Amino acid sequence: MTATLRAEGVTKSFGGVQALADCSLTASAGRITGLIGPNGSGKTTLFNVMTGYEKTDSGHVFLDDRKITGAPPYRVFGFGISRTFQLTRIFPRLTVLENMLVPAQHGKSARRQRDHAMDLLTFTGIAGHAAALAGTLSYGQRKLLELAYVLVCDPAVVLLDEPAGGVNPSLIHHISDRIRELNKNGCTFLIVEHNMDFVMGLCHEVTVLDSGAVVASGPPDAIRTDPRVLDAYLGSDTDDDD
Amino acid sequence: MPDRLTPLLRPGGALVVLAVIAVFPLVFTNPTATNFGVVTLIFVAVCSAWNLFSGFSGYLSLGHAVFYGTGAYFLVVAANDWHVSGSAVFLLLPLAGIVAAIIAVPLGLVALRVRRHTFVVITIAFFFIAQLSASNLGVTGGSSGAIVPVPGNWSPATYNNPFYYMALIIAAATVALCWQVRRSRFGLQLRAIRDDEDRAAGLGVRAMPVKLTALVISAFITGMAGALWVYFIGEAFPQFVFDPLFDLAVVLMAFFGGLGTIAGPVLGALILEPTQLWLNLQQSNEYESQILFGALFLVVILFLPRGVLPTGAEYASALRARLLRRRGDQPAVPAQADAQTQADAQAAGSAS
Amino acid sequence: MGSQIAQAIAAGILGGGVYALMAAGLTLVFGVLDIINVAQGILVVLGAYLSYVLSVHLHIDLLLGLLITVPAMFVIGVVIYWLFIRPLRGAERTSMTLLACFAVALIIEGVLYREFGSNYVSLKASYISSSVHVLGFYLPDIYLIGFALAVVAIGALYLVLYRTTFGRTIRATMQNQTAARLIGIDVNRVAALTFGIGTAVTAIGGMVYGAISGGFTPNSGYDLISRLLAIVILAGMGSIGGALVAAVFMTTAEALVDIWQPDWSVAVFYLALVIILTIRPTGLFGRRAARAQ
Repeated sequence: MTATLRAEGVTKSFGGVQALADCSLTASAGRITGLIGPNGSGKTTLFNVMTGYEKTDSGHVFLDDRKITGAPPYRVFGFGISRTFQLTRIFPRLTVLENMLVPAQHGKSARRQRDHAMDLLTFTGIAGHAAALAGTLSYGQRKLLELAYVLVCDPAVVLLDEPAGGVNPSLIHHISDRIRELNKNGCTFLIVEHNMDFVMGLCHEVTVLDSGAVVASGPPDAIRTDPRVLDAYLGSDTDDDD
Repeated sequence: MPDRLTPLLRPGGALVVLAVIAVFPLVFTNPTATNFGVVTLIFVAVCSAWNLFSGFSGYLSLGHAVFYGTGAYFLVVAANDWHVSGSAVFLLLPLAGIVAAIIAVPLGLVALRVRRHTFVVITIAFFFIAQLSASNLGVTGGSSGAIVPVPGNWSPATYNNPFYYMALIIAAATVALCWQVRRSRFGLQLRAIRDDEDRAAGLGVRAMPVKLTALVISAFITGMAGALWVYFIGEAFPQFVFDPLFDLAVVLMAFFGGLGTIAGPVLGALILEPTQLWLNLQQSNEYESQILFGALFLVVILFLPRGVLPTGAEYASALRARLLRRRGDQPAVPAQADAQTQADAQAAGSAS
Repeated sequence: MGSQIAQAIAAGILGGGVYALMAAGLTLVFGVLDIINVAQGILVVLGAYLSYVLSVHLHIDLLLGLLITVPAMFVIGVVIYWLFIRPLRGAERTSMTLLACFAVALIIEGVLYREFGSNYVSLKASYISSSVHVLGFYLPDIYLIGFALAVVAIGALYLVLYRTTFGRTIRATMQNQTAARLIGIDVNRVAALTFGIGTAVTAIGGMVYGAISGGFTPNSGYDLISRLLAIVILAGMGSIGGALVAAVFMTTAEALVDIWQPDWSVAVFYLALVIILTIRPTGLFGRRAARAQ
């Protein structure tokens, strides 16, 4: 399953704070798109808007050609869009396996649902903890669990909010491998990350956000050397002569 | 909530307990004993029903007395208007439950849209509205009470027994239902909502229909229990039918036994309700038992926050782990025993 | 007719001020500590009984008696927080705090029953039974005094919250407990003091309530807390100014309905609540609630 997720002209403010200003972004089908930008640039807000956790002031969100602006989170999920959260959210009082079974797998017998869940746990590497309460998992294991259960229903688009945040290097490597593998099957990814090596090494396309608007967009190599990106991160007081 | 006692209550164990409770009135024929039995079993049903909604979803309701009272008043009105008496009144019980379930829908639609805090408070407000209505509406006889048709021709010696077995049937069915719900997908969704409602929404769980269904089921049972109770007691005054302490008693029992478990509310009711009834007999002053009740509540909240059952089960696990270690065996890392503390720490750290 | 309506409106506005005062403690504690103190109703009654004891047994004037009851209630509030609320931890903390408050309320009510029985008592003073003649109707002095006290107390609260260092500390803790801890604020101390302030304000509310109500018993707590909760929910939790508006609105509506249908006037309170909540779940002035957690 694959699809293109697109935000067009999205504007959102909270009280006096303008979080997103006429923001347009495309996560093309079957590609891994990175979303970077300094803190406060609106990345998580954009995620929230695209997945129905926030309403837009103006602008639209499209899945392929279908307008999905304003759809509540459970419907967004039904369209085949999954997301993770910046501060990993799992269900601590359910077992790991039960966590996996929360998303409804329609048309499958209980046995097949369980098998599929276990397959995904094996894929991410935490199958051994299936019977443990999710609350007992370490931070890295929770990230893997969250990654696993957003995949349960074979989503077309997966939005990852800082999948490598606060995680040790070998696990980061493990995670990016998994993402690459899923992407081979066509899954579209939109990933927010601060870890530049991770982003540049994994993504086909990178979009840069600053103060709620897109500043640059293109392949990693182009972004790496784009002066507008540098400005966005360091502030635009770099002298022209330097 | 790791529900470790329920495996013990597997069919075999449950049937034994059931059998014991079933023959109880035949052995202890003292009317006081069977009286205690009826009320206790009613509370087992109510407590389990309350837990099915509040324990599983995490939305604490302090307004279930509304359903209890509605069922009670329905029975009184129906029995009087339709001239039903004797055993036939028992046929009205499911209808009382349905009426309570019906009013749960608008109440739930209003109350379940807010966050947990406000929800509790709204249920309290609904309770007072109900009590007020009962005092003022003519159909309920106002504050001077309504007349309940009691079966006049039942022998005094075994008068309590039909009520007892009716209560037993309702209680047993409720516990069985709770058990089934917990194993079901519906129960899983409820518990996911309890842990993180927004996260669950992002995984396709439709929170409102799930919560509302649980509330309606809970209301149905509570309504039936209320109807049975009022028939048993034989009188209906608004301040007793809608008793502010009712919900607190139910919550205390559920907490005491272990919130969110199956056996917890049952145990809580089986232990605390007879205790409360007995205390009421001992004390001639109501306020003494009220002070004791409040103090007991505080003790449970402060020292047994997870309830007797889970805390007891944890001690048992920790003890077993310690014994294993002492024997020199490779200790199974007591992840289960510490699970709740860690889960609490996680939950406390990330949300409030 | 016209004077009846005018009287109802006047009584409603003034009464609303008093209710707002009683609700202020509730809103403050909720705003800062995220605690719904359902013991607030019985605490008002406790304040009334304290004033009663001082007045009847020690012959201290009601207003002067406030100099004793306010600090006394402050201490009671701090103790309640320190013993029964502070130790609560864990995932169910918010629910358990609410239940703990309920349990404390039960105990206080029981103790009041034991000490005073269930007879109606009321507070007496010369300025309670006298009234001024305004615009064709009589307005009891105590309503005016009560309203004045309410204004002073709420004003003082605002001053403390927005003009003092301590107030700033409270507001910082309200917005972000973790950050507050990080910059060295002793959150527990702030919490205890805030709870104490919330209860101290209730001493004033209790005295006015005892004078206006025409008679109270320990059982009066239930009626009070249900109204206070309705006001606070309608206003939206955490808004003191909103509580004032909501209180005035509800008491005035009730007073007006009372002219025609005394039995149902109380229902107005709750009906307003249900209607508002159906339209706006966060209340009229509520902060946009973080989603159901």
